[in-house]
Amino acid sequence: MSVDIQLPVLKPTDFASDQDVRWCPGCGDYAILAQMKKVMPTLGIPREKIVFISGIGCSSRFPYYMNTYGMHSIHGRAPAVATGLKAVRPDLNVWVITGDGDGLSIGGNHLMHAIRRNLDINIVLFNNRIYGLTKGQYSPTSPLGKKTKSTPMGAIDNPLNPLSIAIGCEATFVARTIDTEIKHLGEVLKRAAEHPGTAFVEVYQNCNVFNDGAWAYAKERETKADTTLELVHGKPLIFGKNREKGIRLNGMDPEVVELGKGVSEDDLLFHDEKAPEPSLAYLLSRMRFEDGFPEPIGVFRCVEKPQYDDMINEQIETAINERGKGDLDKLFRSGDTWDVA
Amino acid sequence: MSTTTAAQKTTRTLDDATVRFCGDSGDGMQLAGSQFTNTSALVGNDIATFPDFPAEIRAPRGTLAGVSGFQIHFSSKDIYTPGDTVDALVAMNPAALATNIGDLRSGGILIANSDAFDAKGLEQAGYKTNPLEDGTLKSHRVHSVDMTKLTRSAVEGMGLSVKESDKCRNFFAMGLVFWLYDRPLEPTLRFIDEKFGRKAEVAQANTAALKAGYHYGETVEAISTQFHVPKAKLAPGTYTSIVGNTALAWGMMTAARLSGKRLFLGAYPITPASDILHELAKHKNFDVLTFQAEDEIAAMTATIGAAFAGAMAITASSGPGIALKAEGMGLAVMTELPMIVINVQRGGPSTGLPTKTEQADLLQAMFGRNGECPIPVIAASSPADCFEISQEAWRLAVRYMTPVLLLTDGYIANGSEPWRIPNFADLPKIEVKHPGPQANGDAFLPYKRDERLARPWALPGTVGLEHRIGGLEKQDITGNVSYDPANHQHMVNTRAQKVANIANDIPPQKLDGPATGDLLVLSWGGTYGACATAVHNVQAKGKSVTHCHLRYLNPLPKELGNILSRFKKVLIPELNMGQLKTVIRAKYLVDAIGLNKVQGKPFSVAEVVEKIESLLKGDTKDSQAKPEPIDSETTIKAVLEKVAHGG
Repeated sequence: MSVDIQLPVLKPTDFASDQDVRWCPGCGDYAILAQMKKVMPTLGIPREKIVFISGIGCSSRFPYYMNTYGMHSIHGRAPAVATGLKAVRPDLNVWVITGDGDGLSIGGNHLMHAIRRNLDINIVLFNNRIYGLTKGQYSPTSPLGKKTKSTPMGAIDNPLNPLSIAIGCEATFVARTIDTEIKHLGEVLKRAAEHPGTAFVEVYQNCNVFNDGAWAYAKERETKADTTLELVHGKPLIFGKNREKGIRLNGMDPEVVELGKGVSEDDLLFHDEKAPEPSLAYLLSRMRFEDGFPEPIGVFRCVEKPQYDDMINEQIETAINERGKGDLDKLFRSGDTWDVA
Repeated sequence: MSTTTAAQKTTRTLDDATVRFCGDSGDGMQLAGSQFTNTSALVGNDIATFPDFPAEIRAPRGTLAGVSGFQIHFSSKDIYTPGDTVDALVAMNPAALATNIGDLRSGGILIANSDAFDAKGLEQAGYKTNPLEDGTLKSHRVHSVDMTKLTRSAVEGMGLSVKESDKCRNFFAMGLVFWLYDRPLEPTLRFIDEKFGRKAEVAQANTAALKAGYHYGETVEAISTQFHVPKAKLAPGTYTSIVGNTALAWGMMTAARLSGKRLFLGAYPITPASDILHELAKHKNFDVLTFQAEDEIAAMTATIGAAFAGAMAITASSGPGIALKAEGMGLAVMTELPMIVINVQRGGPSTGLPTKTEQADLLQAMFGRNGECPIPVIAASSPADCFEISQEAWRLAVRYMTPVLLLTDGYIANGSEPWRIPNFADLPKIEVKHPGPQANGDAFLPYKRDERLARPWALPGTVGLEHRIGGLEKQDITGNVSYDPANHQHMVNTRAQKVANIANDIPPQKLDGPATGDLLVLSWGGTYGACATAVHNVQAKGKSVTHCHLRYLNPLPKELGNILSRFKKVLIPELNMGQLKTVIRAKYLVDAIGLNKVQGKPFSVAEVVEKIESLLKGDTKDSQAKPEPIDSETTIKAVLEKVAHGG
């Protein structure tokens, strides 16, 4: 896809619909919406070619606020709706907006299969680790022990890790960003848009009403340098306020090391988003704050593989080239026939 | 094989005959049946078929559960059913005999593979003594033929193993029945050549077995009569024999062409609908996209996505799959996008009887969704009708911007009949409109309706028509989300009225028989053949009875209330426990009477005739068809005995 930045004809405001935005004041979704509107004009795609599909949940109201084509579908099914749309119309730029409940719980099956088909769509999963629209039940990403309305004694389900799931589904593009890191958020969305094939983006998003501060460690100015790690392709994994710490491999496992005390940058793990095998991306996805690791943000994996939407249409072209455009009159007479005078 | 000279044979001409091939599911009975069908069609008979197979792909060999059958009714007159009773039964083993002998008419011909009636085979079928020898079959004309031995000797020296040789037995059986009913071998020889041409020894062996069976009939003295069923007087034209699911797939492809659309099928494999997916997947050069989804829900919602994208979008399933699609159908109703949902009904509830037919999803189709969620419902009446009704479903879907539910059933889907091939150029075009680009900056109004109450089908990619749709209630005209009480009432009314308006757009309801009288037989869907034949039979006896067969179930034809009021009694035969009857009673306050059957089998003509005659004599009660006589001596009792002995 060509993404040369020419003089944009459209402005972010051209992507705002006439509908009042009805998320709670202070919701992290506002920042994602704002960045999406900023990214859109930079893509060089006409507005009428863009379609946002969502399921159900707070995040899934998103399409109403974008002045593009859109469908607010049913719970968990957005990837399947997008699959039908993109298969028939590969010319469209299709986005799926989902959440941790919509995408990983009720719609887990569709998410898995959309990713493995590698359709050229962009899936943005707003992860706030809670059910917001139904007013505060635990979600598939809520931590063990999480006390909510439906888990008064604490959640006893092991949480899912969205990126580990995506990588397990053979995702070709996997990234993570944070609602409050608006520059990073915008860059990641743009990278996702530019990726041919399914791009899966997890956004740490704060629900200030039902799960305020769920990502505080990764967002607060004082802590974020130590709790997150910005991935840069080809560069060593370094983090910390003074970039004094790094990640080194110890056998099969990552470990946090201090730079300088006999450890140089060359000893560290170098990021390679193009690695053909997803092992490195998977290892990075498993690094969690509660286990003493910084959580990586940025692009974990970006490789190219054939796309379902291309292949389904190529098969049609091949069939037409090999057999000619279908002739119904011939088809009707393709079996044994007989004439009655 | 016998080398005696041809015995003295007589030939009898019949109006029609019914033959059933049955055997183990690995015996190739479906192939034998379909070859016999094609040949009968080619010689000019009218035909109707009924394949009947077990849900298990390969049940243990020789068991009752593994019996597979294929019934063909062929005639010199118009026929609508595969026949109530069988004139000639081919039973490849004792289990096949036990489960099918009840359908062989008294005096009918039984051709049994006597080699399979050994101690083990008899025991598996629950026989204590050999029925071919113990006199229990004396009301039938029994021909015990040692088919296994005869087939092995016919293919001897062709390099086949014993196992491979035995696989040719179905061709021997075919050959024998081809002779019995005076059918040519050439179409089957051509088939063998096409199918097995690459394996010369298999082709040669099957050919030898087929001819051996034919010559056996010709020469063996015990079979003294050959039957001849002359050509039927069908309307002039070119015909082919077509199976319901194929007719449906071709009908959908035709509708897509007639409307200038890509065809998109979202489907998840399910019996008995999968053949629609298989057929469409073959025809990619017709711009047909088939998407085998991860589940039924994805099949449905991908279909919605494809409809939004502007394709002719369809999904095909059966009852349990339709249950999973229900929420998606609600979204289709709310977004008012055109698409077709096909339900090839099977026995339920739950997994039920996957390979058997039933009509018990009518109320599911009409009401099985949350909220006030009307969807037009139409039903095919026969295998060939699946072709035309597919185009009608799409015509309604695009004219009214609505999903349409198309009901068929396992009986229609797998059955076949002659189909007069249309010329594509003669078929009526299906007009589809999409609003064009809008550059004036005015807001596009996605829920502004036309005179039929249909909203515009605006396609993504069209400049200036950017809009959002979804499952939340819409404000009329703008399509914006609305929780306004008056608007919700208005929209529920509007969606209902839109579907009701279809009644103004369908052909007048036809009646077969007098316009007024003592009894109206009201039927729908795949029971058409049995009901039409039954009504004709009773009419032929000089009695007054009228048949009304419904294609449109929602909305019902607007003249139906008037029709119902002109008859003293209304009989509704259904392969369910009275679902159309419930609708008719509720809507028209008519005291309709039901004839109901849920046995995994279609109605026999005799069952419907019996009820009609009983009603004409004063009966006023609902009744259920009596289960067909399975050989209770050898099946149910055997099972009970086994259980009693801890088996």
